[in-house]
Amino acid sequence: MAWMIIFMIVPLLLIAVFAFTTTVPCDRDGNRLDEEEAAEIIAEEQAYWEENEIPLDERESAVVEKTIFTVQNILEVNKYMPTMLNSIWMALVATLICLLIGYPLAFMISRMHFVSQKMMLMLVMLPMWMNFLLRTYAWMTLLERNGLINRFFGLFGIGPFEMINTQGAVILGMIYNYLPYMILPLYSVMTKIDNTTIEAAQDLGAGRFNVLGRIIVPLSAPGITSGITAVFIPSVSTFIISRMLGGGTNMLIGDLIDLQFLGNAYNPNLGSAISLVLMVFILLCMSITNAFDNEDKEGGMLL
Amino acid sequence: MDKNKIIELKGISKAFNGEQVLKGIDLDIHDKEFVTFLGPSGCGKTTTLRIIGGFVTPDSGDVLFNGKRVNQVPPYKRSVNTVFQKYALFPHLNVYENVAFGLRLKKMKETEIAAKVAEMLDLVNLRGYEKRSVTLLSGGQQQRVAIARALCNEPKVLLLDEPLGALDLQLRKEMQIELKKIQQRLEITFIYVTHDQEEALTMSDTVVVMNGGEIQQIGTPQDIYNEPINAFVAKFIGESNILPGIMHEDYKVEFAGDNFVCVDKGFRHLEPVDVVIRPEDITICPPSDKVINGLVESVIFKGVHYEIMVRAYSDLWKIHSTKAPEVGSVVGIDFTPEDIHIMRKMESSQDYAALEHMNGEEAGTIG
Ligand SMILES: Nc1ncnc2c1ncn2[C@@H]1O[C@H](COP(=O)(O)OP(=O)(O)OP(=O)(O)O)[C@@H](O)[C@H]1O
Ligand SMILES: [Mg+2]
Repeated sequence: MAWMIIFMIVPLLLIAVFAFTTTVPCDRDGNRLDEEEAAEIIAEEQAYWEENEIPLDERESAVVEKTIFTVQNILEVNKYMPTMLNSIWMALVATLICLLIGYPLAFMISRMHFVSQKMMLMLVMLPMWMNFLLRTYAWMTLLERNGLINRFFGLFGIGPFEMINTQGAVILGMIYNYLPYMILPLYSVMTKIDNTTIEAAQDLGAGRFNVLGRIIVPLSAPGITSGITAVFIPSVSTFIISRMLGGGTNMLIGDLIDLQFLGNAYNPNLGSAISLVLMVFILLCMSITNAFDNEDKEGGMLL
Repeated sequence: MDKNKIIELKGISKAFNGEQVLKGIDLDIHDKEFVTFLGPSGCGKTTTLRIIGGFVTPDSGDVLFNGKRVNQVPPYKRSVNTVFQKYALFPHLNVYENVAFGLRLKKMKETEIAAKVAEMLDLVNLRGYEKRSVTLLSGGQQQRVAIARALCNEPKVLLLDEPLGALDLQLRKEMQIELKKIQQRLEITFIYVTHDQEEALTMSDTVVVMNGGEIQQIGTPQDIYNEPINAFVAKFIGESNILPGIMHEDYKVEFAGDNFVCVDKGFRHLEPVDVVIRPEDITICPPSDKVINGLVESVIFKGVHYEIMVRAYSDLWKIHSTKAPEVGSVVGIDFTPEDIHIMRKMESSQDYAALEHMNGEEAGTIG
């Protein structure tokens, strides 16, 4: 247990530390130098070293880096608010569509014959067994300007349509990749709804919509919240999908973070700050949905 | 009793996956009647009830409510309510909201709902349980909630599918009396499903005995018990000695190697029949030429009486008596002509199969 906690907490702490620190140049006595000063000194040193052909292992700079506490990174995140909001918006749209597709599907599966249920679940999970990159790549080839879909339309003399590198393509990618995470928790609470419970409601005068609103939705509420969380969180922080299907035109928050760590904008401190803000935001969202869920009390487990 | 037909079933048949579950059910149910479907497991009782409730559509035949055909009317538009075999309460709602469910759908005023729910909870003795979660109630209490919930809509007909099946014997007896009281107080029709013949006999105005998807006999509990129409009914309602016999002429039957005077007539000459004699109608007497004599094989104490098995030739007789003869002694088996019930042989072999099956199970059903 203790190890589990350490295992989970340590990387988070690291990110927090990164987010609230930055490295600044100092002299050897620990006095802070401003950027220009430091650059000047370094340039002079460099020239001196070169001139006297000092061996590499004997070159000692008068300028060292020092890590200091700062909230600058966090404040800087503000600059990326539009990207953040755009990510949240797209993730919300994808989550909503997943819910709209997944809910009836999960219900249908839960009412099927036992054997068909197992088969449908296999089908739902099938794409998950394929590598994430590969299945997104597959969509790339489908959506491309001379991809399969456009070629198909071409047969009828329509198109080609601009499909790849659009917001729609990114959302499609999110839906395709994360739909199973919506269906599975929904299915698992829905199988627990007895047919006779539904019949009892019908018996008391409930038509289709009342059965849905008064019985099925309340009883599947825990599945709805865990489904939403399970789709929204990976969608909001994805970067591969937007890179492959969005073509870089639609920068998401995930791309931004990625760029700070592995990209050319190298700045792990800023990257950490963005992730931290994102995490706080997600935690907020989750506590809201959970509070919403608790209102309906009882019900099944959170997946 | 008011003899208005409130529900009519006409030639109802139903098959599931090619298996014929109901084979032409004809039945009239009257206003304010307590009707019980009685039969062994799998005979189609629940299916018949579900057809009345609208959850199953018959393959052929008609369901009429007050003379109107309702085959295609969905459950939520039917004026009947159901108490389900496993209660089927709404787990996310408390007792109050469970009972109020039907009223809320009718968009009733909150004050009216509160009054009605209170009335129903009074009726089933659950006052003060309004706020409880239904998942935390005992079986008996859940059953009461289910009854209150179904009665809240003031149905003309209440369908009950083995409502007491999951309760222990003591509670079951209490609930039987309560249910009967409720039915009489509200003056509505109850259609009640059970496979417990004692329950059927004590509660019903009319008993419908079913087997293999067919109605065997419809009648008052007294009719069914005293005048079973065939060996199946005789065997199912109470215990019986069933012996093969031959009808020689009116009022004269041969069985157990002898000729007897009986009170039945209207059979063909030498028609093979089933002779049914209830164990409690037989008296044990000293052996003599005038009666059947047999050897006492076993004596079992059953509380109110002894169950005595007597072998006479190849027949094994079951006798109920308050006095116990000694095992191994020879006794006489005596009965009057009125105690002999003559029944036509059953047609289908399936009926016999069902009977054979029951012989194994039935030992504990009646005391
Ligand atoms: N929905 C269904 N699908 C397939 N077969 C069914 C269905 N409902 C009932 N049956 C079959 O129909 C037959 C009669 O069932 P039914 O439930 O009416 O019996 P029952 O008399 O109520 O028995 P019990 O006393 O055990 O409740 C059974 O063989 C059952 O397996
Ligand atoms: Mg049943």
